[in-house]
Amino acid sequence: MFVLAIFFFVFREAVPVLFSPDFSLKEFLFSTEWYPTSASNVRYGTLALTAGTFSVTALAMVIAVPFGLGAAIFVSEFCGPKMRETLKIVIELLAAIPSVVWGFIGLTIMSKIISQTTGAPVGVNVLNGAIILALMSVPIIVSIGEDALKAVPDGFREAALALGATPWQLVYRVLLPAAKNGLLAAVLLGVGRAVGETMAVLMATGHAVHIPSGILDSVRTLTANIAAELGEAPAGSPHYRVLFLTGVLLFSITFVINLSADLVIRGIRRKGRGA
Amino acid sequence: MSSMETQNVAQTPGNQEALSQVTPRFAETPAVRKKLLCQKIAKIIFGLMAAAMIVPLLLILSYLVAKAWPTLSWEFLVDVPKRGMTEGGIWPALIGTVYLVFISLAVSAPIGILAAVYLNEYAKDNWLNRIINLAVINLAGVPSIVHALFGLGAFVYAAKMGYSIISASLTLAIMTLPVIIASTREALASVPIAFREACWNMGATRWQTIKAIVLPNSISGILTGVILQVSRAAGETAPIMFTGVVFYKAVERGTLFPYYLNEQCMALSMHLYTLSTQVPNVQESLPYATAVVLLGAVLLVNATSIALRVYMRSRKKW
Repeated sequence: MFVLAIFFFVFREAVPVLFSPDFSLKEFLFSTEWYPTSASNVRYGTLALTAGTFSVTALAMVIAVPFGLGAAIFVSEFCGPKMRETLKIVIELLAAIPSVVWGFIGLTIMSKIISQTTGAPVGVNVLNGAIILALMSVPIIVSIGEDALKAVPDGFREAALALGATPWQLVYRVLLPAAKNGLLAAVLLGVGRAVGETMAVLMATGHAVHIPSGILDSVRTLTANIAAELGEAPAGSPHYRVLFLTGVLLFSITFVINLSADLVIRGIRRKGRGA
Repeated sequence: MSSMETQNVAQTPGNQEALSQVTPRFAETPAVRKKLLCQKIAKIIFGLMAAAMIVPLLLILSYLVAKAWPTLSWEFLVDVPKRGMTEGGIWPALIGTVYLVFISLAVSAPIGILAAVYLNEYAKDNWLNRIINLAVINLAGVPSIVHALFGLGAFVYAAKMGYSIISASLTLAIMTLPVIIASTREALASVPIAFREACWNMGATRWQTIKAIVLPNSISGILTGVILQVSRAAGETAPIMFTGVVFYKAVERGTLFPYYLNEQCMALSMHLYTLSTQVPNVQESLPYATAVVLLGAVLLVNATSIALRVYMRSRKKW
């Protein structure tokens, strides 16, 4: 119900622009020219923004997935119960840090570190945003990944250990294949969080609307673009409506990601019940 | 590797000398040694990965606190911003956040809990409820900026509430609702079905059962979920920045009721964003101190909820 309501209201504000003569959906999706406030040559192409979103998310996942899954395996298989409880609490607190604080960390601490170590002219860029997003999505990957590992029946573990396998052999021969889908869902939910994140990337990625050529380029993402320009766009103007349309695009992307994660998890549950 | 192991095992019994020697029964063959080495390396690598997540966090936190230390004081909390927000305290933002959080939860907690009770105790497994379930799950994954667009379109313009505390709170309420529903359902589902069956057998109706058995046994879980959303609502920036929160609003120092519901207000998260990106020449420790206050409040609320959960779990009788 609420999903429909959200979709309806966001869409309602966006619809008029779809039928206006100056607007083409093809340009919206595939053009890199975004000049919303230009006087003579107004262009609304979101390809550069989409590219920004995907570059930052992809790099964030390259960092977050190994660490997240590694930490999940450690928490679930390699440490004692006391350490496990402590780590889980730390992960929970890590997940609770507000995005604006992450953005602030990116803007102040991380950008200094990056511009000093790499010599990049500006510290707010793809790399910065990716590190911040990685730190933000690791807790989700860890907690859901750990659930997935825990969902593997204990009989599997006991059987492997009884054959003399070490915990590491148990993990990569038995648990990883068995928990494959759950771990995939964990990664997908991490991606969902990274794509939808607004404030952190707004503050940490810089503000250049173009397709990035390297990880030290500044970019702007779909989310950051809405946050940055919605305040300036007068209500009802084409610019305002295009921003809502960007919201629809974003909503669709995260909806597909979350839905597939949900289907993957559900698939596991059904299999578990059948067995 | 497994074939090597079988070979070793096969050789050992044949070797009479080896049996007569005093070597321990399960001597380490090269394969076993390799296996154990792999195990050690794997454990260290995964341990480092877990540590790599926590160590930077501690470094960052201590750096933030160190930077903020000169400014952090009671005075900082209750004072108002001065000189174009480059000096002074954070009182208007602090109290604004409290307003937003309480109003949004006053809306979302009752609706969320009732919805969860319905879904968990009454609803049958038909297509409508499956769609509702799916919607709840997906609603939790909607990006916060899309919530902002929704709030702007629905509350500010369509419902004509304007840019106000009430619009911002309702937007936050919509955002926290699905998570409250999910956590409440989990708490309700953790009450064993036998409790309910026992109660029904005594002739109690469904509602009597819920009131007397299910809710008292799951109240701690429900509370934990709601408390967690306090911290989430306090930390969010994007959904409120276009629906009712402004950069600056003058209020008197230390007043408890500075805002009307149809006015705009300041909020802590927005204040941090403003200080760090929009205001030039801000006193250096000021944004750090704001970040630490926001972070401290959020972590404190979360720690409370975790402590509550651990305490209730230790008291659980089944």
